[in-house]
Amino acid sequence: MDLGPGPVSIQLNVNNQAQSINCEPCLTLLQVLREKLGLTGAKQVCDRATCGACTVLVNGKRVYSCSILAIDAQDAKIETVESLAPDGTLDALQQAFVAADASQCGYCTPGFIMSATAFLADNPSPTKEDIRKGMCGNLCRCGTYAGIEEALLSMSKTPKTSAMATEGRKRG
Amino acid sequence: MADYSWPIAGSRTTIGTDVTRIDTPLKVTGRAAYTTDVQAPGMLYAVTVGCPYAHAKIISIDTSAAEKVPGCKAVTVIQKPGTEIFWAGDDVVAVAAVDELSAQLAAKAVKVQYSELPHLVLDASPHPPDGFAQPMKPEVQGDPDGAFAKAAAVVQATYSMPVITHCCLEPHGSVVAWRSGALDVHISTQSVSGIVTQMSKALGVPASKIRVRAEFEGGGFGAKLAADRWGLAAAQLSKLAGGLPVRLIVNRRTEQETGGCRPSAYGTIKLSADAKGNLTGWESETWGTGGVTGGADFPVPYLFNVPNQRKQHTTIINNIGSARSMRAPRQPQACLLTMCALEDLAAKLGMDPLDLVLANIALTGPRAKIYQEEFSVAAKAMDWTKRWHPRGKGSAGPIRQGLGLSFHTWAGTAHPAACSLTINSDGSVAVSAGTQDIGTGTRTVMAIIAAETFGLQVGDIEIQVGDSSLSSSAGSGGSGTVGGMGSATRRAAVDALQALFAKIAPALHADPSKLKAAGGKVTDGQSTVTWKQACAAIGALPITARGVNPGAGALNDSGVGGVQMADVSVDVETGVVSINRLVAVQDCGLIINRKATLSQCYGALIMGVGYALFEEKIMDQNLGRMLNPNVEFYRLCGIGDIGTLEVHLMSGKGYDERGIVGCGEPPVISPGAAISNAVANAIGVRVPSLPLTPDRVLAALGVPS
Amino acid sequence: MNPFVYLSPADQDSAVALLENQWGNTEILAGGTDLIALMKDDIVTPSRVLNIKKIAALNTLAVDQKAGLQVGCLVRLDEIARDAGVLQSYPALARAIADAASPQIRNMATIGGNLCQRPRCWYFRNGYGLLAIDSSGKSLVLQGDNRYHAILGNSGPAYFVSPSTIAPVLVALGATVTITGPKNSRTIALESFFRAPSSEQEREHDLEPNELLTSVHVPPPDGSATAYYEVRQKHGFDWPVATATVALSTIAKKVTAASIVLGHVAPTPWRSREAENLLTGQTLDESIAASASEAALKPAKSLGQNGYKIQVAKVALKRAILQAAGFDVPPSHPALA
Ligand SMILES: Cc1cc2nc3c(=O)[nH]c(=O)nc-3n(C[C@H](O)[C@H](O)[C@H](O)COP(=O)(O)OP(=O)(O)OC[C@H]3O[C@@H](n4cnc5c(N)ncnc54)[C@H](O)[C@@H]3O)c2cc1C
Ligand code: FES
Ligand code: FES
Repeated sequence: MDLGPGPVSIQLNVNNQAQSINCEPCLTLLQVLREKLGLTGAKQVCDRATCGACTVLVNGKRVYSCSILAIDAQDAKIETVESLAPDGTLDALQQAFVAADASQCGYCTPGFIMSATAFLADNPSPTKEDIRKGMCGNLCRCGTYAGIEEALLSMSKTPKTSAMATEGRKRG
Repeated sequence: MADYSWPIAGSRTTIGTDVTRIDTPLKVTGRAAYTTDVQAPGMLYAVTVGCPYAHAKIISIDTSAAEKVPGCKAVTVIQKPGTEIFWAGDDVVAVAAVDELSAQLAAKAVKVQYSELPHLVLDASPHPPDGFAQPMKPEVQGDPDGAFAKAAAVVQATYSMPVITHCCLEPHGSVVAWRSGALDVHISTQSVSGIVTQMSKALGVPASKIRVRAEFEGGGFGAKLAADRWGLAAAQLSKLAGGLPVRLIVNRRTEQETGGCRPSAYGTIKLSADAKGNLTGWESETWGTGGVTGGADFPVPYLFNVPNQRKQHTTIINNIGSARSMRAPRQPQACLLTMCALEDLAAKLGMDPLDLVLANIALTGPRAKIYQEEFSVAAKAMDWTKRWHPRGKGSAGPIRQGLGLSFHTWAGTAHPAACSLTINSDGSVAVSAGTQDIGTGTRTVMAIIAAETFGLQVGDIEIQVGDSSLSSSAGSGGSGTVGGMGSATRRAAVDALQALFAKIAPALHADPSKLKAAGGKVTDGQSTVTWKQACAAIGALPITARGVNPGAGALNDSGVGGVQMADVSVDVETGVVSINRLVAVQDCGLIINRKATLSQCYGALIMGVGYALFEEKIMDQNLGRMLNPNVEFYRLCGIGDIGTLEVHLMSGKGYDERGIVGCGEPPVISPGAAISNAVANAIGVRVPSLPLTPDRVLAALGVPS
Repeated sequence: MNPFVYLSPADQDSAVALLENQWGNTEILAGGTDLIALMKDDIVTPSRVLNIKKIAALNTLAVDQKAGLQVGCLVRLDEIARDAGVLQSYPALARAIADAASPQIRNMATIGGNLCQRPRCWYFRNGYGLLAIDSSGKSLVLQGDNRYHAILGNSGPAYFVSPSTIAPVLVALGATVTITGPKNSRTIALESFFRAPSSEQEREHDLEPNELLTSVHVPPPDGSATAYYEVRQKHGFDWPVATATVALSTIAKKVTAASIVLGHVAPTPWRSREAENLLTGQTLDESIAASASEAALKPAKSLGQNGYKIQVAKVALKRAILQAAGFDVPPSHPALA
């Protein structure tokens, strides 16, 4: 069946809620989440599958929502950062980010949280090297990587040494 | 008069500790609303049309087809026919439509004719064609030629670093509604209060009818101090559309091409010393470009007042896009050119660069002693004395390891700031200001200071910022926000507390001057009530106090220093550089939030690794355009590239008494020089240009290309 | 991106029937990690987009001792890299895939899309055409910034490098691809699938506009030792400067057959017969590895700014050969732990 150009009806399952949306087939999942569903946690930064700010989970796997058509995300379970603390209580990973000061301006943070959620589900005891490889799909301009690494190591079932040595030094 | 001075060491409960930021929970849940996230009923989406040429004159603009695109609601011409355009991507027309797609289609339908003019987007030569160079007057001090003639060692080389971009992850943008003569503006800015005046002047709307908000901002680094063509165009489109809110967010290409860049720096530097290593002469021919806006000069020699100097600087005025202040403007450039020359001189003298720096530390002026202390902390952390080897004399084999150092200064002067503080009869406390938290932790700083003053917990304080209807405060630049807002908050809190004491003293039969607030209680030593009980006496009207930063003095100061050392590994066969470890030692007066201060330092080091190893605004001279207006070939540092970072903050006696000095910027100054010096130490030759990419490293090693 | 007609057939025949005889009007959509960016940048402006992800038959993976690896074009990169059979029988392939792009891309990108992805040449991606020829007929690449362009097979008019980091490994392993058109299916060596276009009307591969790449087949492992070595600037998620894949069969330490393919050096994966011939019959050591990599890069030439890639490719190849021969080589990012 030919769909579009012009709005078509699509059905999405976002954060366990069924959503029916009218949109052009050319809209990305990110555009639909942000503009049609008001889920603005995922951010649009590069819009070209390079920065990770738009990361969401599709069937439990992390993907760049800027590079998937919304129409192709039907029949899948979509989870955004908004699903993690529905009643306002932060989950363990979010708490670890807060404690490690792993967010500065915070614009990259929701993408990192979703990426790390999938990363830890797959590897609950990451080493420093695992984190450096496994979290390479997200960029941060403020430079929160050391905090992120610390947060993820603190979640690790077998913690390893961290990237930052926060040795505050007193004089005299 | 009230005593506003900071509580002394030992009596501080919250100031200077590791405080978790109060707004991070909003960020980790995606609830923090940035300008890009603002959605208003009836909102239109705007898209701009940029000039494809680096230098051109607009001949004609035809928007008729755009206006007919379904959904298009308004079209505004930003730059009229006849206007000269000085960089590619500069906005000429903006359109607004009911959704993004319609706006994009309308933008594609705009027809603009240009006549191209000669352009220059390169900067490698100090002598570009006529009209593109602005030489400054040569400066001479002492007798440089005499110094070189008598010197025991002279080095001469050319060093450089390219134009880089701010590349804030949240692009520039705003959501503006212009109705009933008033402007309601959400804008991604570092200068909430400042935007009001700018928009008022540009649009002729009384400032009293303009409200500007930026609750959260996704990075600025100096690029977001103005309303810009974008903010003004959004306002015009809103007016044309009958007052509907208009959202104009630039895309990544526009952000990279036009949203801000840091000037390049090139310099042929000659530096001499006597046999003991005392610096005697400096000569420099320097140049750089910041596009048409200038700003490409920098203070060399950096830090060292070499006795004999001759300097000549040329600003290249070209068509790369306009420079904007970027995190410690002018300093990384001056630092690289100076510290590389210094390290090359040390190599020539056969000296450890640390010894050379320390031998000349008196030339740095009044901060010499602090630098010395910082060098000793850094050297210990890096185990410098044991691990340093003469240039190129490390281990054999393809992987060479090396150490490098650099140091820097920055003013960090507190900027004008004001806040309003309220204590309510239920005990709740609120502080508000028209400042902004750009990710540096301003909210938390204000909460810490109020909590400390009242003997409460940080979580007991409500903070509101990012709204120009609140007490106006300066833009976040120059690292001045922490000192400005910190001082204003302290003044307001002390005044409010005095007012509270005056109110409750009679009921407690206490002398108000003997009352103290600590640990959630108010006491004169004999009678004690809880904070809540005390506040119950306030009555119907809350206590409000306004605090203003009084300027330099007891609460804040200017001038910080920092020392950095880098440990790198270089693969001399592939030219790939890896960071092993970076050590940063930084002073910043009285530390308010140690955790957030450390984060600023880590962040600056990471940005430093980025510009040392990867970042470059790559321009094509034929096309006049940026070839990498993305984050794919404009490489930002990733989580795997940072090595181990170690930050030591100088604090305690001699530091705390100075009050607050900002330090968001200074730690970004040294990484380029320290890493470049470490690479030279590792491989035995200088890689003269940043970023230290395989092509440059291999070229320096003489690998034929 | 321009609006389009979205087509999503459920089987291969209907999909092929929907393709056209000309490039441009209909584009195939698989994982979308490349196509969607190309459409956003107006590099391709199809009026019809053919989603093939609904075709379940193209989403299968099987590793068999006798038949080798058979993988449908829709299988995601991550799935291939994690497959136990692939890990066991094709470690160099698993390694290359696990190193490609980012975890998010590997969850989205399909193997078919990976082989058909378009070049990253910045002139192409900024809208100046696949061959980047200006109005006076001159190459923007030769006149401009060619630091990431081809050093081999670069006599023009194509100067871009073939982008897939997986393709060279598959070529080295002797992979074939099955291509399905309206009339029939054909199976060809992956090596001959890639082509350097000589006009804007051509693409970088052997597909006809109305054909679909339906599956990839890798012969069963023949006991040869394989290695993949990649040099890139960033630690992770970065395009390489150069890659090298080596497959060596040895009897009593003597090389009996070699397959050597370089990546990111030419408009196609670059097979070096020179190096293969040089190695055959030799006992491997550092100097033979060095001679082979010299031989492989002998035909290389700089376009002006990309000469360093010749050195990097040599080193990548030397290290890959040594690694395949069981020697220790430095990692591409040698940071101290
Ligand atoms: C920042 C970044 C870094 C990357 N790094 C790497 C890397 O290191 N190594 C690497 O290999 N790749 C890398 N990639 C590329 C990535 O792997 C490809 O985008 C991806 O593999 C394409 O697969 P897809 O399924 O998403 O294809 P799509 O985007 O759906 O399609 C890509 C192209 O192939 C065509 N196509 C798709 N399937 C078929 C088919 N079955 N038959 C015929 N034509 C077809 C499409 O029409 C389109 O032209 C990177 C990408 C980005 C954005
Ligand atoms: S916005 Fe999707 S990866 Fe950058
Ligand atoms: S916290 Fe600002 S971009 Fe990551």
